[in-house]
Amino acid sequence: MPNQKMNCAHLEKVCVALEKYESYRKFKAYCIKILALGNDSLEKTVAVAVALCLVCAVLVSFGAVALKPLQVQNKALDMKKNILDVAGLLDASSDIDKAFSDNIEEKLVNLESGEYVSDMNIAEYDQRKAAKNPAQNVSIPKDKDVAHIRLKAKVAKVYLVKTGGAIKSIILPVNGYGLWSTLYGFLSLDADGQTVQSINFYDQAETPGLGGEVVNPNWRALWKGKKVYAESHQGSLEKGLIEEADKGEVALSVIKGVVDNARAGSEYQVDGLAGATLTSNGVTHLIHYWMSDEGFAPFLKKVRTVKGGQS
Amino acid sequence: MSAVLNDETKKVLITPLVNDNPITLQVLGICSALAVTSQMSTSLIMALALTMVTACSSAAISAIRNHIPSSIRIIVQMTIIASLVIVVDQVLKAVAYDVSKQLSVFVGLIITNCIVMGRAEAYAMKNPPLESFMDGIGNGAGYSLILIIVAFFRETLGSGKLLGFEVFKLTKDGGWYDPNGLMLLPPSAFFIIGMIIWVVRQYKPEQQEKVDFKIMSIAHGEGGHH
Repeated sequence: MPNQKMNCAHLEKVCVALEKYESYRKFKAYCIKILALGNDSLEKTVAVAVALCLVCAVLVSFGAVALKPLQVQNKALDMKKNILDVAGLLDASSDIDKAFSDNIEEKLVNLESGEYVSDMNIAEYDQRKAAKNPAQNVSIPKDKDVAHIRLKAKVAKVYLVKTGGAIKSIILPVNGYGLWSTLYGFLSLDADGQTVQSINFYDQAETPGLGGEVVNPNWRALWKGKKVYAESHQGSLEKGLIEEADKGEVALSVIKGVVDNARAGSEYQVDGLAGATLTSNGVTHLIHYWMSDEGFAPFLKKVRTVKGGQS
Repeated sequence: MSAVLNDETKKVLITPLVNDNPITLQVLGICSALAVTSQMSTSLIMALALTMVTACSSAAISAIRNHIPSSIRIIVQMTIIASLVIVVDQVLKAVAYDVSKQLSVFVGLIITNCIVMGRAEAYAMKNPPLESFMDGIGNGAGYSLILIIVAFFRETLGSGKLLGFEVFKLTKDGGWYDPNGLMLLPPSAFFIIGMIIWVVRQYKPEQQEKVDFKIMSIAHGEGGHH
């Protein structure tokens, strides 16, 4: 209570001080006049609407601005969590920041040459923002844009899991259009740049229960051990729905229905999501795009040769 | 307590729990009750968020109720409610990021929750701020109560857990309980809310709705009387 009284006294002091100014007196007189008007007069209706909008706008923008740092921090933490998850290093009990800095090395890669980029600030580089920035992106020619993303950043941010200097897994950011939304996720590969470890999608708005099942751990577990590039010629599947792949081309696809493990080529196939053909196709397309020469193929080639040279 | 709370305050706080429950009697706010109740944690956060928004918006609307032009009354209420909902959404994103991701659009949809608008229009426009605030708390609590009951059944029967802790050991983990998948889907909330309404109306027959009209027997129906 005393605090409130003090506040009141303080407010009164401010009011008295403001009384000196002509415009404040005018404003006060106007407020009194408006408040005395009939509720349904035009002037009062407009004045109430304007005043309300001002107050609400200030409230909302104050909230948004004041909470922004915390939200950004949460988002960054969530991203680290996703990367640890796809690397198979997520442990509920351990500290995410620590686990991330201990195990994972961030690298920037020039997509065209496949070389690491060292003259940019990794911590501040945001690939999703760069994809929209005309100075940092390239538009994808229509005939090559299988993932329907139109623009991509020239430089990608990849994550390497290393043990004792040797690469254990390569985590690549992927994105592509599903049914309703652009799916954003990570694909993690073994050091051979060929065998899938895991995949996860951290941002998607597909139909919950159907396409939204791309986040289902049971479905994601099916990806483990699948192969990206064809080691021998693979025929087309399902009456040409999924293209054939020559040796060395991207073959990994989400098929319709359940994969028959006895059939040849099953290592390039993942079960489709029931009732979500378009989302499944979207995932196939984004894999095909990002694993092709347009995406990470040049980088993966470099990783393989470096590794070959070392061993 | 009784010295602080007068009769009106007590009434608006307690009647919405059972006697005038927004979900079971007024059947408002059903959509979010279906959507967020598959887990107890999301239900609790949603209940808290809705209670805060209802209470604060009722108080704010009530404070300026004598100066709201009737021609723009609804839009004024909506503006206040929407602003509060955005603030709640921002706060959730800052302090409970995982939960806010799970609740996704439903926090934003508090704006359209019939309970908030209903209380603003029915109570806050005619009563002083403190009572309106309490009325918002009371109705939010009534909504929360139903949400918690529904979430309790859905989470325990649907995933054998409560607040993420194991209650029944699932068969897939070598236990005995085979989870009921229907409980994870929104229709199950319909069944549970229906049963709650049935139990409440059995216990309090005055809540049973009167029959609006009786179908006339054919013998009396002289062409065209419906």
